Amino acid sequence: MATSVAVPLNEKGRWNHLYKVLSKPGPFSDEDWVPGEETINALESSKILGAGGLGCEILKNLALSGFKDIHVIDMGIADTIDISNLNRQFLFRQADIGKPKAEVAAAFVEKRVKGVKITPYVGKIQDKDEDYYMQFKIVICGLDSIEARRWINSTLIGMVDLENPESLKPLVDGGTEGRPPHSNYLNIQKLIVYTGFKGQARVILPTLSSCIECQLDMHAPRPAVPLCTIATIPRQPQHCIEWAHQIAWQEKRKDDTFDSDDMEHISWVYNTALERAQQFHIHGVTFQMTQGVVKNIIPAIASTNAVIAASTTSEVLKIATSCNPYLENYMMYAGEEGVYTYTFEAEKKADCPVCGNLARNMDVDPNMTLGDFIDSLGEKAEAQLKKPSMRTEEKTLYQRFPPQLEEHTRPNLVLKLSELLENGQEIAVSDPAYTIDFRFRLHFR
Amino acid sequence: MLKIWSMKQQQQQAENAEGAAGKKKKKVTAAQLRVQRDLQELTLGETMKMSFPNPDDILNFTLTIEPDEGMYKGGVFNFSFTVNQNFPHDPPKVKCTQKIYHPNIDLEGNVCLNILREDWKPVLNLNAVIVGMQFLFLEPNASDPLNKEAADDLRLNRDAFKRNVRTSMAGGSVRNVSFERVLR
Repeated sequence: MATSVAVPLNEKGRWNHLYKVLSKPGPFSDEDWVPGEETINALESSKILGAGGLGCEILKNLALSGFKDIHVIDMGIADTIDISNLNRQFLFRQADIGKPKAEVAAAFVEKRVKGVKITPYVGKIQDKDEDYYMQFKIVICGLDSIEARRWINSTLIGMVDLENPESLKPLVDGGTEGRPPHSNYLNIQKLIVYTGFKGQARVILPTLSSCIECQLDMHAPRPAVPLCTIATIPRQPQHCIEWAHQIAWQEKRKDDTFDSDDMEHISWVYNTALERAQQFHIHGVTFQMTQGVVKNIIPAIASTNAVIAASTTSEVLKIATSCNPYLENYMMYAGEEGVYTYTFEAEKKADCPVCGNLARNMDVDPNMTLGDFIDSLGEKAEAQLKKPSMRTEEKTLYQRFPPQLEEHTRPNLVLKLSELLENGQEIAVSDPAYTIDFRFRLHFR
Repeated sequence: MLKIWSMKQQQQQAENAEGAAGKKKKKVTAAQLRVQRDLQELTLGETMKMSFPNPDDILNFTLTIEPDEGMYKGGVFNFSFTVNQNFPHDPPKVKCTQKIYHPNIDLEGNVCLNILREDWKPVLNLNAVIVGMQFLFLEPNASDPLNKEAADDLRLNRDAFKRNVRTSMAGGSVRNVSFERVLR
């Protein structure tokens, strides 16, 4: 297929429908909302960050929603276009095979939608600091791991500074998952037929509404096969791959850290799995399946991605322009049998370790010992902590249990706070009497 | 743009909290905070001890189990615990640091315990894992083996299995595999 791009005849006419929505109030728009020029300008000047391999859908939707300044940060370091992507990743053509996804997608959309600027960054979201994230208005993410979601969530929550309104960055998260509604032990055997027919979109206003950490329990962990099955009675080709990956690797290549992006490593696991499969007369171990199992890849379904991308990008549009109420705050989509969606408001968790206990400021005397400080926590009205354990990010200050750790940290009790902490440092305090934990930022006075 | 900022201010007024100031410093991570809490809520009893090679790093530690009853009585067993930043979404990684003869622990130290893998849930805590580990020594389970030979011994001839356990714990060999001496 050729790489030619059709440019619409009437470039201005393209935005007519969008401007209609933005130029007059609708039945659901906020009463204070001012439609028209101002709103349109706000939309076009909003700097949006797309985090994670958003794929073609979100990028295309953002560009066609009128956003002009789109940044993309994608952690797929070795993410290049593969022939198997072409059936659903519609910004890529055969001639693009082997090229980096982020760049090809950006170039395609820029060419097709005049006036949009897309800035791709190839790297991990964790490479960037708060200063980087501070420049954006809204963050939309289609991250592929819970770890990355938790990271961006806690980073955005940590950035909220009451003195700076711009520091509160709405986070729109979309994801698809491939687990059946009743994922139990038996279903594990069918692992490979799970495909991404389910998804969710959610809007998170850091510190204001329920965050990703609050909702962590809703993410079912990946189905794991019992280690003993893998070790002794493999029945499925996947079991052989897991064996090669989990057990044989440790035995034979203890000194190499397994890297799922290293082709040699995958090949080794594939060949080892193949051998084992032959021993047990199991058929069906393929290189592709090996990659799928070790990287925990769930086959993507184009329609699910499109639904979730449409939902998340329209949330970004609504938040950026206030033209309509935004999603409060969780929309689940199930497309295995027909189409079903359900929207509900996930609640903030009082004891959420990320957003439930924002650090409170506390003035302390730097010459006070840690022991006296702990005693004072028991007396202070806002704390009343009788048996606290506490730490900073890098240091265990005092831990009451287990005894071995108590012994280690007891000498800290006679040290001055100024010897243990820096001015303005945050400590996290747990006390058995409370189900929630506390964070304090200690200021020397 | 939404009026989220005025919402935020309202919320803040309601809580009557004072403004945040000061430079951002590294925050205690969610995983650290959860482990701090879990450690505090442990019930170790007489048979278990913990040690922390680096007391400032509570995500990596060793658990020592000294069973006071059952077939493994008299042994001292060490397990390394590695908790990653994705805890409690991910279970802790637990490995036996000695080479021992046990149906549910292989010669590399991998442990087959349901709550460490397929049945792990974020609501479980370190105490649940530690109780589970202790249970492995009281009731070795032959039906879910990781060391198949040991499991066969346990199933087919319990007395021979008991003798093998004694031999292995004393540092002897069972079926030409030599084991580490783990007696107190």
